[in-house]
Amino acid sequence: MLTEELIKEENAAFENPRCVETDDYELVYKKPGTLVDIAMHYCPGCAHSLVHKLIMEVIDELDIQEQTIGVAPVGCAVFAYDYMDIDMQEAAHGRATAVATGIKRIHPDKYVFTYQGDGDLAAIGIGETIHTINRGENISIIFINNAVYGMTSGQMAPTTLDGMVTTTSPYGRDAKQVGHPLKMSEFISQLPGAFYVTRQAVNSHTAVRKTKKAIINAFKYQKLDKGVSFIEIIGNCPSNWKMTPMQANEYVNTHMVKTFPLGDVKLPKGEDLKELTD
Amino acid sequence: METITKLMKGNEAMAEAAILAKCDAYFGYPITPQSEVLEYLSREMPKRYGFALQAESEVAAINMIYGSAGAGGRIMTSSSSPGISLMQEGLSYMASAEIPCLVVNVNRAGPGLGTIQPAQGDYFQAVKGGGHGDYNLIVLAPSSVQEMADFVFLGFELADKYRTPVMMLADGAIGQMMEKVTFTNKEIVKINKPWATVGKPKTRERNFLTSLHIQPEKMERHNIHLQEKFALIAEKETRWEEIMVDDAEFVFVAFGLAARVCHKAIQLARAKGIKAGLLRPITLWPFPSKRLDELSKKTKLFITVELNAGQMVQDVKLAVLGKAPVEFYGRMGGMIPTPEEIFSIFENFITKYHVN
Repeated sequence: MLTEELIKEENAAFENPRCVETDDYELVYKKPGTLVDIAMHYCPGCAHSLVHKLIMEVIDELDIQEQTIGVAPVGCAVFAYDYMDIDMQEAAHGRATAVATGIKRIHPDKYVFTYQGDGDLAAIGIGETIHTINRGENISIIFINNAVYGMTSGQMAPTTLDGMVTTTSPYGRDAKQVGHPLKMSEFISQLPGAFYVTRQAVNSHTAVRKTKKAIINAFKYQKLDKGVSFIEIIGNCPSNWKMTPMQANEYVNTHMVKTFPLGDVKLPKGEDLKELTD
Repeated sequence: METITKLMKGNEAMAEAAILAKCDAYFGYPITPQSEVLEYLSREMPKRYGFALQAESEVAAINMIYGSAGAGGRIMTSSSSPGISLMQEGLSYMASAEIPCLVVNVNRAGPGLGTIQPAQGDYFQAVKGGGHGDYNLIVLAPSSVQEMADFVFLGFELADKYRTPVMMLADGAIGQMMEKVTFTNKEIVKINKPWATVGKPKTRERNFLTSLHIQPEKMERHNIHLQEKFALIAEKETRWEEIMVDDAEFVFVAFGLAARVCHKAIQLARAKGIKAGLLRPITLWPFPSKRLDELSKKTKLFITVELNAGQMVQDVKLAVLGKAPVEFYGRMGGMIPTPEEIFSIFENFITKYHVN
């Protein structure tokens, strides 16, 4: 029904969607049941809310709410546990993978994932990140790379693009001073403990669908006992990039993917996946 | 009940006790003088109970504990002074998120890298919180190999009972020396942890462990809750030992290794007819302040002896509040005073106060 029809008096019931008799309609979309039904604190257009939803859709579809324990980071997603209706722990800055290691070692039969930003995973927590992956912990790491410290309002991150202006690189990131952006997926894919490494985005319908597929794989692979699944998701930060949500999504295409090309970085071998297909 | 008596190093006795106490996991990083704990548990745990994992740093170790203890496990670590400094962030988070665990500090001399010899210079760090924010750890101070083993059981019980991290503050000498230690083969009963993150069944609300309460009203409420808990612990769990205190005119206050040396010193004093006694705090936090206050009414002089520059003596003075004089003697840098040395200093104090 179009907006101009909605406002007609005879269609008044539609002003309040709760009054709509839904029997006549085919349900084509609903919020995942494990996503807590409250307003999120994220800025308009932020990728976090979308990725939260994708994770909870996956948990719903795999029906693993009762077996899943999540670890929230420090950063904008510090409140992830407010939105995810699963057992969760909030880790200190950078320590999420160490916390997840502890959980998974005590509950090897449960699904354990971390949700971390670039400052958390690639700066202060890079030691824990590398060692957790090197140990081949059977966890999923969801890594949101938006090239900036969001919560502290826009400082340079380890993944800030060369030349990119942030509040602590006001003249643009200068590689001579602070080095080049860290390509975490390529970097950690060298480790034998990394089982599945992929870099995806959420700035288009197609990208969102691919990201969801990657998250499904990441959770499924935990049952194989073969190592870490590392899903890097190129996010955005309209507020700190000082862009509209549309411009931010476009910036992912025009700039971010040049440094951080999308696609699978390390795929499991066919024989490793045999157990899943059997 | 079946008992086994062995000759063991303090560090090994502590490790053995961890297995008998059904510790689910130990996460540690090598550091002298307590690396035997990680070695012992890496060897024994896979054969008997639980597992040990060598972390990439003390920072990682304490966060693995946050995760596994938060997920309901009975978890411990041990380290020595510089390593314990690295764990302070995690301890602050766990105190706030109310995650129980046992952390053992086999204290060596500092500051900085210091030396690997025994010291008690981490008293302030242990009893005043150690990390950021308002909190206390329950701090147990063993003075024998037997107590290093016993306090593992006690530490886990207190941690679980109050949902709070417990620290055992030992020192390099007690960790390294060999003594007789008796283990009693008793049944271990672990309390239920309905707050733990184990996966959310449909029948309950989700559990989340956090130390973040962004609204000041909520953060203050959380702080009040923690302080009420600490007050309850102070009321119920203060422990100390008294040796020849009943008729004592002079009371030594010392813990751990220093208490053992003082025990010998008061025997020297008694041999000369001087009525000296020893109060040994077993819990450094909560501190036996009430008992010291009572004793201050009949004590001519308190002598605090520590292997540091004078830390616990501040708590003794706060307990006594000027009602009796308090003197201090300490050695630093890994040096340990002899009983004769302490007795001689004690004689000087007696002369100074003309109290004999």
